[in-house]
Parts: sequence; C-alpha cells; structure tokens
Amino acid sequence: MYHSGLEAPQGIWWKPVHGSEKVWATIAFAWCLVLFAMMPFWHLRGGQNPSGIRHRVDPVAFRTRVTEFIEEYKVGTDNQIPVVEPPPGSHIYLQGAMWSWTPVLRLKQGAEYILHLSSVDVNHGFSLYPLNINFQVVPGYDYGLRITPHEAGEFQIVCNEFCGIGHHLMVGKVVVVPSDDEQAAGTTVDTAAAAVATEGGSR
Amino acid sequence: MSASMRTCPTTGLRVDKTAENFIKIHAVVATVALLIGGVSALLVMLTRWQAIHLLDVVWFYRLLTVHGMNMLIFFIIFFEMAVLYFASAVLLNSRVPAPKVGWVGFALMLVGTLMVEWMMFSGQADVLFTSYVPLRAEPPFYLGVILFAVGTLTVVGHYFGIIVVAKREKTYTGSVPLVTFGATTAAIIAAVTLLHGALVYIPTWLWSMGYMEIDPQFYRLIWWGLGHSSQQINVAAMVSIWYMLAAFTVGGVVLNEKISRVAFVLYIMFISMASAHHLLVDPGMGPAWKIWNTSYFMYMAVFASMIHGFTVPAGIEMGQRLRGVTQGVFGWLRRAPWGDPGFSSLVFSLTIFGFVGGITGVTFGTEQINIIAHNTLRIPGHFHSTVVAGTALAFMGATYYVIPLIFRREVAFFKLAKIQPYLFAFGMLIFSIAMTFAGTFGVPRRHWDITFAGAPFQVEFSPTVDLVIGVMAVGGLIGILGGAIYIVITVVSVFFGKRLPEGESGLGAHGRGLPLGIIAPPRALTPEDDGEDLEKHALGTTPGTMILVIVFLAAFITYYFVNWKLLSIVWKIG
Ligand code: HEM
Ligand SMILES: [Cu+2]
Ligand SMILES: [Cu+2]
Repeated sequence: MYHSGLEAPQGIWWKPVHGSEKVWATIAFAWCLVLFAMMPFWHLRGGQNPSGIRHRVDPVAFRTRVTEFIEEYKVGTDNQIPVVEPPPGSHIYLQGAMWSWTPVLRLKQGAEYILHLSSVDVNHGFSLYPLNINFQVVPGYDYGLRITPHEAGEFQIVCNEFCGIGHHLMVGKVVVVPSDDEQAAGTTVDTAAAAVATEGGSR
Repeated sequence: MSASMRTCPTTGLRVDKTAENFIKIHAVVATVALLIGGVSALLVMLTRWQAIHLLDVVWFYRLLTVHGMNMLIFFIIFFEMAVLYFASAVLLNSRVPAPKVGWVGFALMLVGTLMVEWMMFSGQADVLFTSYVPLRAEPPFYLGVILFAVGTLTVVGHYFGIIVVAKREKTYTGSVPLVTFGATTAAIIAAVTLLHGALVYIPTWLWSMGYMEIDPQFYRLIWWGLGHSSQQINVAAMVSIWYMLAAFTVGGVVLNEKISRVAFVLYIMFISMASAHHLLVDPGMGPAWKIWNTSYFMYMAVFASMIHGFTVPAGIEMGQRLRGVTQGVFGWLRRAPWGDPGFSSLVFSLTIFGFVGGITGVTFGTEQINIIAHNTLRIPGHFHSTVVAGTALAFMGATYYVIPLIFRREVAFFKLAKIQPYLFAFGMLIFSIAMTFAGTFGVPRRHWDITFAGAPFQVEFSPTVDLVIGVMAVGGLIGILGGAIYIVITVVSVFFGKRLPEGESGLGAHGRGLPLGIIAPPRALTPEDDGEDLEKHALGTTPGTMILVIVFLAAFITYYFVNWKLLSIVWKIG
C-alpha cells in the first residue's frame, strides 16, 4: 500500500492527509504565524527596530556634511581622529571610509540622537562592541537611526563588512558620558536604568 | 532496449550510458572543487584560530574567496547537476535526448570555473564570493561567473528536455516519483535564480570595464536574489536526497504524496523574496518590505521545511515498521542500519539541518533580531550547519550509493566510509555551534585579525571568545578530516575500486565494500513472511517521529525567544 520516493505513484495521489501529519502541519502553520506576527508586534512594542530614516545621499555631499558636523561640535582629537560632542537630541553623523570611522562620538547617557551612517567608498559594517548592534553601511545611502545609549562607558565600532585589505584596522569609538542627574545622585543610584545597564554590560 | 542501456541489477532500473557519463563527469569536477575548497577551509580556519593565525592578510581574504566560490558555487552546483541527471534519466528509465546540449552546458560551466579560479588565485579577484560593488575584481572574473551560470542554465534546460522525452516516450507510468518531483523544483528554482544571476552579473561585468554605473544597494538586492535563491536549490536537492536515501537504506516510504509535493511547490512560490533576510539592516528598504519578504510571505518556505522535517523521518519510521522493526516508540531508530553510511548521513544531515541550521536561520532572519546577528560569526555558524552539515553531508551519503549504482565499483576503504559521516557531522556540529556562539559576542565574520593589532582603538574580546574559537577550530579540523576521508574514498573507489560484475543480481556475496541497502535492499514484510497482519505493524501512525518533532519545536521556541530577550537589553535603536 505504501511506496517509496523513488517509485512513480500510480493513479491519483491527491489524497487526504493522515493523522499525525495533519496534526504537525497545523502546529507548524500556527508557529509560522507567530513568527510572522512577532515582527510587526516589535515595531509597536519593542525598542529595537532597523527602520530608520532612510534616503539616498551623494557620497561627496555626505562627506561635506560630516566635515561641517565635526567643525561645529569638535572638542578634541583621539588618535588623530576628531572627537565631537553634539547636544542631546541632535542629528549626528558617522562616516565609514577605507579604513576608519570618523568622528569619535561623545554622547550623553539616556539622551536620544539620530545617528546617520553612510560610506564614502565601499560597503562597511557598523558593529558596536560589546553590545553587538550591527548595521550595514552602504555608499550612496544615509541610514538615520534613532539611538538612546542607556549605559555609560567606552564602546568600539568594529567594521564587519569586508572592505579591503585594511578591514581589520577599521575601529572607531563611541564614548557615553553619564547623564547629569546620575552624576548628581552620585554612585548610589538607583533604579531600573542602572539595572538594565549592568545586565546589558555583563553580556 | 537500445544498446546504450543497461539494466541495473540492484534496482532493476534501465540506465542510459550517456546519462551515466554525465553523472560521472559532473561528480568528478564537484569533488575537485570540494578538494580546493577543503584545503582553503583548512588554511582559513587556521588563520581565524587566533592562536595560530597562519596566513597573511592578503592570502586570508584570497583563500576565503576561493573557499566560498569553490564550496558554495562549484562543488554544490556541479554535484546538483549530477543529481539532476540521476533524477531524470535514471529514475525515469529515460534516454538522454540531446547529449550535445549537455556537453555544451558542461563545457561552459567548466570554462567559467577555470576563469574564476585563475582570477582568484592570481589575486585579481580579492572580493569574496559576494563581490559587493564597488569592490572591484578584474572583468574576466565576472565573465567567468556568467559563463558558469549560462552553462548551468543549459544543463537545467537539458534536464527539462529529458523529462519531456520520458513523458512522451512513456518510459514510466503514473506520475513522476517524488524524488524526481523534488529535483524538478530544484531545477525550476535554479532557472529563476540564474536569471537573477544574469541580471546582476552582466551589468557588473560592464561596470568593471567602465561602461556603466551600479547602485551598491541595488547590487545587494539582486545579488541576494541569486545568492539566497541558490540556497533554496540546495535545500530542494537535499530534501530530494533525503527521500532517496530513506528509500535505499531502510525502505522509507512516502506517507502522503500530496503533502510532500505541496511542500516542494511552496519552495518555488516565494523564491525571489529570499533576498530580503540579507538586507534586514540595510538602508535601502523599509520595514514593511523587510517583514513581508524576509518571511517569504508569512514563512511559507519555513512551513514547507517543517513539513519535510516530519515526513522524511516519519517515512523512515513507517518503512522500518513495515519491515517488522516495530519494538516500542523508538525501536525503528535503535535498530536502524547505523553502519550504512547512506543512512547515518541522512539522519545527521536531517537533524543538524533542522535543529541547528533551521532554528538559527529563522531566528537570525527575523527583522529585528538580525540587528544582533548581521555579519557576525553567527551567520557562517548558521550556514555551515545548513549547507555543509545538511546539504554537503546528504550529497556525501548519496555518493556511497552512486559509486556502486552508477560507477559500478565497490566503495574503497568501506570501514572508513562507515565512520566518515560521523566524523564530518560531529566536527561540523561542534564547529557551527561554536561559531554561532562566538558570534553572540559580536565577533565579526570575514575578519583576518580579531585582536585588531594596529587599529586606532583597542577592542578586547573576553577570554571566553578565545576558548570558543579554539573549540570551533577543533570541530573544524575534525570536519576537515571527515571531508578528506570522503575525498580519498571517492577518488580511490571511482578510479581504482573493484569493479562490480555486470548483470549480476544479488550482490550479497560481494564482500564488504557495499552499503547494506545495496547488498540487501530493504523490503517490506508481506503477510507470508510471518502470520501477522501488516496493518498492525504499521498502525498507520508514527509515534516516534511525533515525539521528535515536538522536541524540535520546543528547542525552536526556546532559542527564538531567548534571542528576543537578548535583543531587548541592547540600546533603544530605530
Ligand atoms: C569541511 C569543513 C569546513 C570548514 C572547517 C570551513 C570553515 C570555514 C571558515 C573558517 C570560514 C570563514 C568564516 C569567516 O571568517 O567569516 C568559512 C566560510 C565559508 N564557508 Fe566554510 N568550511 C567548511 C566547509 C564548507 C562547505 C562544504 C561549504 C559549502 C558547501 C562552505 C561554505 C562557506 C562559505 C559560503 C563561507 C563564507 C565565505 C565568505 O564569507 O565570503 N564551507 N568556512
Ligand atoms: Cu570597513
Ligand atoms: Cu570592513
């Protein structure tokens, strides 16, 4: 009554599906719907989405914008790379180029920024260490992501898209300085934010 | 029967000599590509293992390009062309209508391959197999890829020709066997995939000569239309081989043709969407596009794989029960032919593909979770458990049957052949799990030096990462050993193996160089074998498989939600 997958089935093979196969197909289908629903759900409720404000940008124009940005907020240099300290809530710019990330960003803990990523030559990969946040950096496209650094400290930007022979040298830096109220409250703080920060940091 | 046909004494199939030659030549080239890919795997592996850090930076990326191209493109696709000839001419008892077309296709593939190898080894194409523009290789590299694709398309066209001739000449009755049906879906997907290939590589070739501009995001979109759809070819081919090996080794049956075939069709339906899960954290597309496409229209391809993941083991279980192996819930597994390399390959391929490759793939392909996976070692960790421990291992298992059935030789070093799938599967399992785990710390893929010596800022991965990479290296070395044994066995069997006598049936007396499924083909009990009622053996249900898939689902749900949890603790971003 049964045959193998090597034999040509004779007659009509469009037959009702039997017991356990039907049960499994139903379970699998339901699970697929859950998988699907989770993504829109996270847009509504979750804090991490790759949506961003996206548009095309001419690489030359982006480079100019980055230069202006650096001139406006520069507070020093670190390993010859300019360091900028933009005000909370502002648009901030990070340029990927063979093989450096410019500038070094000094951000306030808990403040929101709009981080614009683009490349002026080939594809690069934005990978924030040790958080493991990753985005593709594509020349010709401005990827504007709202970010809220919720923990203070030093973070490195590793390039994780192959971009030529100096790929492994392409490391940038983000410094998150503790927010004012936290400094005011001293080290004894507090609450959920700190708990989340240590949880995140201990990964 | 025409003179160019012989009847296979084992399976009773009539085999066309031309088809046989096509299968041989494609399989041989595939093995050569596997060898080149394997040697580069070893060197790349020993470089990523930071304790050894073997290659210099130039040769690391060069050989990583060589590894990706030879493994993912040349080895896999040449082998798949052999599978197509087997599934059409051999399984349908058909002749090969236009051998010239087949030879032209093969020649184009070979010339394309040689051009690409030449460009890679001479350092004119250090762009990795994805060759994202505007990274540039010299024009012959792209031309080589185009010739290879055109050749493949020709062979796929030839395959459809064989199917049409078989149908017209009524070489079989009823519908085509499920294995042929599955191979046909692979061929259809291949055709669609190769059109994406033309769409991306022809402009890129022109671009490399300075004749036109290409948008880097457009390139990524269309390239992955090629790159990922071709993984769907691999999946369809692999699943077909699962059904085939189940039949050869334990008399596995098809519980229901309808559900298995519908599942294959689902693979075709949404194939062009496959590009999306590579672009989830790209700037070129918005969330609606990403969600819709990454899920292949609500995970219908995942649904299809979950169906095959049930029907294949259930077919094995039922096949075993029909042969009288009915003890308990798992007797069919315990008393299975574990010494038959075809069977062990099948089981490991299915299990690792599902439990490791499938679960990680769906999880990382989730729009938001991709933020904590993109371009880290989690990604190669994932695909070494799909296309390596899954597809490549299934192909290895099939080889142990192709050698006697098509090459008419004994399998050399059969004792080694018995343990080969264990070595390869175990090694790649450890390798891919460790790799995936290293990726959760943010260790990047495609990276020569994760100590970042000479970089402006210091990045120091935790000591755990060193340990995990060490484990990964050991797994990789075991896997490479398994792969090397496979190559030695195949080459020695094919060129120097003991010939099987023509026309002899019943190979039982023929010594030890053959898998059990060939010496004693599995046969269901008939009521005469013992007094008992067959229906009672079979019971119409497969309780063992049901338990296994529930365990699978539990693992899936756990891993999936653990990753949401990991995502939820990083900075707010969007
Ligand atoms: C036999 C054992 C194998 C070992 C030890 C191995 C090892 C590796 C290693 C270490 C990498 C580099 C990962 C990175 O730095 O990003 C890699 C990449 C890769 N492997 Fe394998 N591999 C093996 C077999 C295979 C097979 C059989 C295939 C395909 C069928 C394959 C396909 C790939 C691909 C496509 C890449 C990505 C290349 C890239 O990112 O450009 N590997 N492999
Ligand atoms: Cu880079
Ligand atoms: Cu890079």
